[in-house]
Amino acid sequence: MIFGVPLPALMGQLLIGLINGSFYALLSLGLAVIFGLLRVINFAHGAFYMLGAFAAWMLLAYAGIGYWGALILAPLIVGIVGMAIERLMLRRLYGLDHLYGLLFTFGLALLLEGTFRHFFGTSGQPYTAPEALRGATNLGFMVLPNYRGWVVVASLVICLGTWAVIEKTSIGAYLRAATENATLVQAFGVNVPVLLTVTYGFGCALAGIAGVLAAPVFQVSPLMGSNLIIIVFAVVVIGGMGSILGAIVTGYMLGIIEGLCKVFYPEAANIVVFVIMAIVLLLRPAGLFGKET
Amino acid sequence: MAGTDPVPAAGAAPRGGGAAAQLKVRNLEAWYGESHALHGVDLDVFPGETVTLLGRNGVGKTTTLRAIMGIIRKRKGDVEFEQRSIMRLPLHRVARTGLGFVPEERGIFASLTVEENLLLPPVVAKGGMSLEEIYNIFPNLLERRTSPGTKLSGGEQQMLAIARILRTGVRMILLDEPTEGLAPVIVERIGEMLKVLKLHGLSVLLVEQNFRFAARIADHFYVMDHGKMIDSFSVSELPARTEALNTALGV
Repeated sequence: MIFGVPLPALMGQLLIGLINGSFYALLSLGLAVIFGLLRVINFAHGAFYMLGAFAAWMLLAYAGIGYWGALILAPLIVGIVGMAIERLMLRRLYGLDHLYGLLFTFGLALLLEGTFRHFFGTSGQPYTAPEALRGATNLGFMVLPNYRGWVVVASLVICLGTWAVIEKTSIGAYLRAATENATLVQAFGVNVPVLLTVTYGFGCALAGIAGVLAAPVFQVSPLMGSNLIIIVFAVVVIGGMGSILGAIVTGYMLGIIEGLCKVFYPEAANIVVFVIMAIVLLLRPAGLFGKET
Repeated sequence: MAGTDPVPAAGAAPRGGGAAAQLKVRNLEAWYGESHALHGVDLDVFPGETVTLLGRNGVGKTTTLRAIMGIIRKRKGDVEFEQRSIMRLPLHRVARTGLGFVPEERGIFASLTVEENLLLPPVVAKGGMSLEEIYNIFPNLLERRTSPGTKLSGGEQQMLAIARILRTGVRMILLDEPTEGLAPVIVERIGEMLKVLKLHGLSVLLVEQNFRFAARIADHFYVMDHGKMIDSFSVSELPARTEALNTALGV
């Protein structure tokens, strides 16, 4: 018993919080990478997450390709769709007010969701976890479903890997430099238009991979993205727009806070993220990890 | 006026010893939004020359460099680098022709370490300095290689800004106000550095407010006013021009 709460119950909620935090982190990381370089608030991010989950489901249903194949292919598909959209449409809005990028991606999200609703309805499609990750492990203080443990580990590895690539490699140096001053980086001879395309595709692919990871946890449904994306935007606001590490840390942190809230004050669990957002906006408008300008 | 050369001395005869101009700018116009900033700039830089653009604040010197480089896209006229027009090239292809750019604000990236800043501009041709050679010339960059680029002093940042272009193997550098805001001792060092560039055969198109500094290193001068060249003369003509220049530059 901790503060009058049985340990397994506490651990159970903590795990659910950590799982949700994994998705928040993956999604807000993609948003932060995209916003940092393109200055586009990618409202279609939830739709790309949904697209990732549906890609996994369709690969299985129509091509017989299972979870592990989908884990590679679905993000690739989503990334390519993202790159095509950047190249053909989003690119035309760079010279304009940021509002246009937001409106465009919002419209895109509605279009994608509407299309999938038309063909699949609003009820979810089931997608089972792969054989190797079924079952549960008894950790002594709690029983851990294997697939949920995998989600937490996979998202941590992907988040930290992305962070390391951005902070420690020369490709990442191009990205960081172009985030500060894209024109100068291009004047040095770096093909910045391609960098923008690839970055947008990569951010979308991160959402896609989150979608595949989510498919066995939640149901694969056209609305799964819009349910999540509002919270993820709150996470990004709390962490600070454009901060890579901020997006990751805040994602996990808020998932855990939400989980704990369900144990100690369940009535507030659904709004705790937004309460925190309001407090952060009052005290530190640039976000916890954002730079005050 | 279009196509004609308003500055009789420019490009005519002995300059460059009969060689073709490495950089040839003709009737270059540029706009910032609706505002017409350059009204037909003509200038030449011959291989190995250091050429300085003089002029008061706001007459279009920085704009000229940015329009040559293609950072300002709203422009007209012609820019030829090594006998090839670069007007239609996308910005990232211009550096690949061998033309390097050091901006007025130096453009050191805060989120990159000193060494990452040095390694950022891609090598575009052979003949650039190696990282080792650069560290030999600027030992303080080696000492500070892991600190964020913007933690360096103003002078060190300027050295870094020039050094990273030397790595790329470009054959000409457009250099915007390298001495701005720097102490005299540091200005001295930047001057030494530009002489080293010259020894390496690099051409430099320099924008400079510090006339005394420019006088020591340049081979040829252009004077700008209201978005076009109003005078052009070589370093040997400098003594005879000093008085007229003081009036033109308002010093």
